[in-house]
Amino acid sequence: MGRLIRMDHTGHTTLAEWSAGDAASVERAVAEFRAQLDQGHYAVVSTGEGQAEQVSELPLQADLVILRRPIAGG
Amino acid sequence: MSRAGLLPETAAVHWRPRADKRRLLVSGRLWTLTTLAHTVPFLVAAGVLAALEPLSFPVGLAAVAHAWAIPELYAQRGANVVRPRRRGAEAPERTALGLLGDLVGHDARELHGRTGLVPERGALGVWLVGEAGALLVRPGGRRVHCWCVRVDADLPSADRTAHLLLALREDEAGFATVANLAFSGARWRVRRRMGAAMRPALDAAARLPKSLA
Repeated sequence: MGRLIRMDHTGHTTLAEWSAGDAASVERAVAEFRAQLDQGHYAVVSTGEGQAEQVSELPLQADLVILRRPIAGG
Repeated sequence: MSRAGLLPETAAVHWRPRADKRRLLVSGRLWTLTTLAHTVPFLVAAGVLAALEPLSFPVGLAAVAHAWAIPELYAQRGANVVRPRRRGAEAPERTALGLLGDLVGHDARELHGRTGLVPERGALGVWLVGEAGALLVRPGGRRVHCWCVRVDADLPSADRTAHLLLALREDEAGFATVANLAFSGARWRVRRRMGAAMRPALDAAARLPKSLA
């Protein structure tokens, strides 16, 4: 089961959950994923200790995909 | 469009050279030279005045005070990047803290609980990530670079830290390129300007770089 979450003012919100064998859940998750990217979020998956990767397509095998806002120098 | 593995935010600062070990070394030395340029003239002026006219010692004392205060102000500016910000509502803070805790190991979670800073080892040194900035303790543990970097959104404290942590993990050099360098100098100068609760994080980070390549 994969989970797409967005860090927001509530702490975080689960936007979609999917399992690879459930085409409908995958379709919903992909649509939500694209909508969030269109709104300016970046999607990140952890790829090991101390490492993360930005993704532009929903990685269906990932357990957790986190959406974050852009950072900037202060 | 970002290139694979590069922090996309670097596109917004395309004029900046990408950070690396050599550039950090150079920027650290430039900060030291700048500090000397700010302090030495005041100290020389105080000495010359004292030699020419001992009764001018109040002016000399003022010059020495300037020589002391300017580096202190810079160090304060560096420590300010990790100063805790105002907390939001308790429930979102707790939820965000849970997510941040899932992203880091036990030791980092424990240190964050005590100090508010998340330690993260990188190729450039050991980072201490806060809500609106990060400290980079260079290998050897003597020099600290203080970076001001933030996320523009209404977020709980732990989520702001998680944003910076994820960006750092995506592309460490890109993170150091996007962030604004607020200060670079001796660890002890930053340490004494930090809140007492945060100092153990800096001490812990300084012990780690010795084992880095």
